Amino acid sequence: MADYTIKVRRFQPESGEGPYWEEFNVDLDPSLSVLDGLLQAKDRDDGSLAVRCSCRAAICGSCGMKVNGQSTLGCKTQIGEAQEQADKMVGAAGVSAAVADSPIRGEGSDLGSAGNPIVIEPMGNMPVIKDLITDMESTHWTKIRRVTPWLLPHGEPPEREYVVEPESMIDITQSMACIQCGACVSSCLSMEADPGFIGPAALAKAYRFVGDPRDAETHERLHDLADDPHGIYDCTHCFSCIDACPKGVAPMDQIMRLRRKAGEEGIEDPNAGHDHEIAFVKVIEKKGLLDEALLVQESYAPGIKGKLKPSKRGLTETIKSLPTILRPLRKRKVKLRQAIPGLHHGLPKEAMGDVKSIYAHAEEHSEELNLYIRGEEGDDAQPDGAAAEEVTND
Amino acid sequence: MPSHDVLVIGAGLAGQRAALAAAEEGVSVGIISKVHPVRSHSNAAQGGINAALNPGDSWESHAFDTIKGSDYLSDQDAVEIMTREAPEEILHLEHLGVTFHRNEEGKLGTRAFGGASAARTYYVADITGQAIMHVLYEQLMKYSEQIARYEEWFCSSLAIDENGECCGVVTRNVADGQVELFQAKSVILCTGGNGMVWKPSTNALICTGDGIAMAYRAGAKLMDMEMIQYHPTTLAGKGFLITEGARGEGAHLLNAKGERFMERYAPNKMELASRDVVSRAEQTEINEGRGFPDGTVALDITVVPKKRVHEALREIVLVGRDFAGVDITREPIHIKPGNHYTMGGVKTDVDGRTDIPGLYSAGETACVSVHGGNRLGANSLLDTLIFGKRSGRDAAARAKRIDYARASKQVLEDEENLVADIISREKGSGRRISEIKLELGQTMDAKVAVFRDEAGITEALETVRRLKEEAKTAYIDDHGSVFNQDLLGAIELGYMLDNAECTCVAALERKESRGAQYRTDFPERNDTDWLKHIDLERTDDGPEISYSEVTITQWEPQERTY
Ligand SMILES: Cc1cc2nc3c(=O)[nH]c(=O)nc-3n(C[C@H](O)[C@H](O)[C@H](O)COP(=O)(O)OP(=O)(O)OC[C@H]3O[C@@H](n4cnc5c(N)ncnc54)[C@H](O)[C@@H]3O)c2cc1C
Ligand code: SF4
Ligand code: SF4
Ligand code: FES
Repeated sequence: MADYTIKVRRFQPESGEGPYWEEFNVDLDPSLSVLDGLLQAKDRDDGSLAVRCSCRAAICGSCGMKVNGQSTLGCKTQIGEAQEQADKMVGAAGVSAAVADSPIRGEGSDLGSAGNPIVIEPMGNMPVIKDLITDMESTHWTKIRRVTPWLLPHGEPPEREYVVEPESMIDITQSMACIQCGACVSSCLSMEADPGFIGPAALAKAYRFVGDPRDAETHERLHDLADDPHGIYDCTHCFSCIDACPKGVAPMDQIMRLRRKAGEEGIEDPNAGHDHEIAFVKVIEKKGLLDEALLVQESYAPGIKGKLKPSKRGLTETIKSLPTILRPLRKRKVKLRQAIPGLHHGLPKEAMGDVKSIYAHAEEHSEELNLYIRGEEGDDAQPDGAAAEEVTND
Repeated sequence: MPSHDVLVIGAGLAGQRAALAAAEEGVSVGIISKVHPVRSHSNAAQGGINAALNPGDSWESHAFDTIKGSDYLSDQDAVEIMTREAPEEILHLEHLGVTFHRNEEGKLGTRAFGGASAARTYYVADITGQAIMHVLYEQLMKYSEQIARYEEWFCSSLAIDENGECCGVVTRNVADGQVELFQAKSVILCTGGNGMVWKPSTNALICTGDGIAMAYRAGAKLMDMEMIQYHPTTLAGKGFLITEGARGEGAHLLNAKGERFMERYAPNKMELASRDVVSRAEQTEINEGRGFPDGTVALDITVVPKKRVHEALREIVLVGRDFAGVDITREPIHIKPGNHYTMGGVKTDVDGRTDIPGLYSAGETACVSVHGGNRLGANSLLDTLIFGKRSGRDAAARAKRIDYARASKQVLEDEENLVADIISREKGSGRRISEIKLELGQTMDAKVAVFRDEAGITEALETVRRLKEEAKTAYIDDHGSVFNQDLLGAIELGYMLDNAECTCVAALERKESRGAQYRTDFPERNDTDWLKHIDLERTDDGPEISYSEVTITQWEPQERTY
């Protein structure tokens, strides 16, 4: 047992008052969860403290909230760990600015543990209904319904099961693992800028159908998601949703898969994201360092040097990028030779050997990062790089 | 007044399946759930769902395993229906989009489960319940024109017309506190189990036995209420479940001396004997001092290849890590038997019909009975789907035959009075709701669990009756309308106490040991006197006991060994 102070951002809609902070002292085992702490406060001190919860085991997706500023599930965050995290934070960092100066009620942190209080807020990017309860219908479920979230198979089903590649089922099981908790939506930076963005959870759900070999509308689905200005190209690749997701769904990865599939379907990416990705890989492979100017050129007009005629779009996009290229030039952050495609220096020959071996390794291990497949790679060897990151985050 | 031909209460697997089946018949359907449907407890089912679909397997074999597992208390006609219809249901789910595990040929693959004579459990990694439920919810969204969804509406009582038929329900919109009388020609109760009556439990906080209590209060019979399953592998203290799939994949149970003790209790099936058998074995080891100091034994998953663990048991890798701080691929994890499943419930026939015309029930709330004294792993999801489907169809057929009956406003008034009474109680005037729940849960776990006897059950019953009195004056803090969870908690407590009382009465009545009911004062099964169901009906003085026959078609009771 240990004492903790939890500082909860509260809002009682029927009181006529704005949001405020309230501190509760709780005592429980450090291995119990932040949700257990909230429930103790509710049981002992104030039954009006509102929080959705049911399974207490990170399965039902009810208890999305922000703990110390990070979107997560209350039942999946151990209170001891949340305390350590809170202690590392300075002042009220991580608390949303809008309410940082709201009045504080309650018992006061001096009664509880010595450190900072554990700060608990409702999820972001969603209207708050009461205390930690947010309106998920308007911000989450409408988006889910937006992606035609049901299987659209071709014709009548077979007499037995559909026979499909075992890997394809494992592949989409990663997005099936989504519990619709909204933590990713709460954390999404694009959503903050564009509330109309379909968003990480709904796009992960979309991949569950696009990646499903039984679905017959892959092409239409991809077009729909690509043509929507709030669709797959609205994601800024910020990784927040991957960090927030409690189930390893990695919504951003699902979005990137959608983009790749869209590229394969010949769908033009208004931001040239997919071409940009390929160009990036190509440029690094060639020079070992990033030649930004060559990157722009390769992204919009791949292979133009002497051989091909640049497409009209390639030229316009390159010209449109000029101000972006010129600004650092003017501020002398970039030398002129760096701004001309191909003139940027590369890595020395010896170092290029290392770059080549990285590429060779990547080629050999080109399979997608999917937690359901990862186990097959094997026993004791720690998964390297991104995979290891993934394990600690999900 | 909102009205629907068929009104489904509860949106877990049973409820969603019932709603879809009714809608297919062309009637108007409403589905009500106190939490958003995908939050329902069905998503906790990790292990899988049984069906005799593999070549070489047969429904008879599945039926026999189920009946033997039930300790011969299940009704065999119902078991036959469930096991015969199982393969078609699996294929139906697959066609709707469930991402079932495939074998190398790309066809449906299976895993082994306890009490089964063949590997016939179909699964999606270890998120089977979740995957199926989310796919059914996809279908609910698809058919939103035929099926109206009332998400986060709390149903509190049933409306019975002057002919004694069920004609609607009283429901509260959780978001704004508005209370409505919904009219319906058929009502299907699919509100899940009552695990919260015990503490700890593997069940979710919402599993408070609401439907069982509502039906009981309205005059429907309950059956097999003494049969409460304790699952063999739950985490000590918190009650989290480690799926039976772990043992299905080959994990061992060890006592503190490192012995694989199941050799002594079930030499053939070992860890994969029926749950009641394994739970009793563990509890015996613990009681006789061969457990660990924290009152547990160990589950050793390290004997399962790591690759397989990551592929098929990912969820419990996470549970071990997040909730017990144990890497199950490297070290054994401490477990003990814990409250898990309600075999009993609202007595129904094979089409979900209860004793009250117009009132149906399916899923964990209902007792058909296919599970009898002990449910086999992976048979519950099947039960929810098969009998959800059948009750949805029959409820629709009834709705086509009859007109709406007029529901008296009395139920609505009663409800409003109850709420006003709870809210008017002064702070400090009685006990807190949470205190009463805790005392109830601990009492039931101590006295009406794996091993029972007359003295213990009697004590528990007395406690429950005292708590019922105390609940009448227990106060709440929240007096508002919006998301008043405090108020709902007080109403749920009432349901929990009714459930507890019925379980105690039935457990006291059954003077033998069968399935989950093990009486240390009557340690033998006694087919001569007790091969029968205990039915309970509400009176002002508590549940009244009667008996009903167990239906036996082709499997005569035998001695049960594993
Ligand atoms: C941890 C765990 C693992 C399991 N694993 C398996 C497995 O592998 N295989 C298997 O076959 N079975 C398994 N089971 C059992 C199985 O999951 C359940 O028995 C089954 O899902 C119950 O489904 P249901 O539809 O009857 O009820 P639930 O899914 O519990 O749904 C109940 C519904 O009723 C609603 N409700 C309740 N009260 C009210 C009210 N007053 N007003 C309005 N709505 C209300 C709820 O909101 C919910 O929507 C497991 C159970 C647990 C606890
Ligand atoms: S990666 Fe994309 S979807 Fe994910 S949080 Fe960032 S912007 Fe949103
Ligand atoms: S993708 Fe992850 S974070 Fe987002 S809703 Fe699903 S489970 Fe939650
Ligand atoms: S309570 Fe279910 S996810 Fe937290």
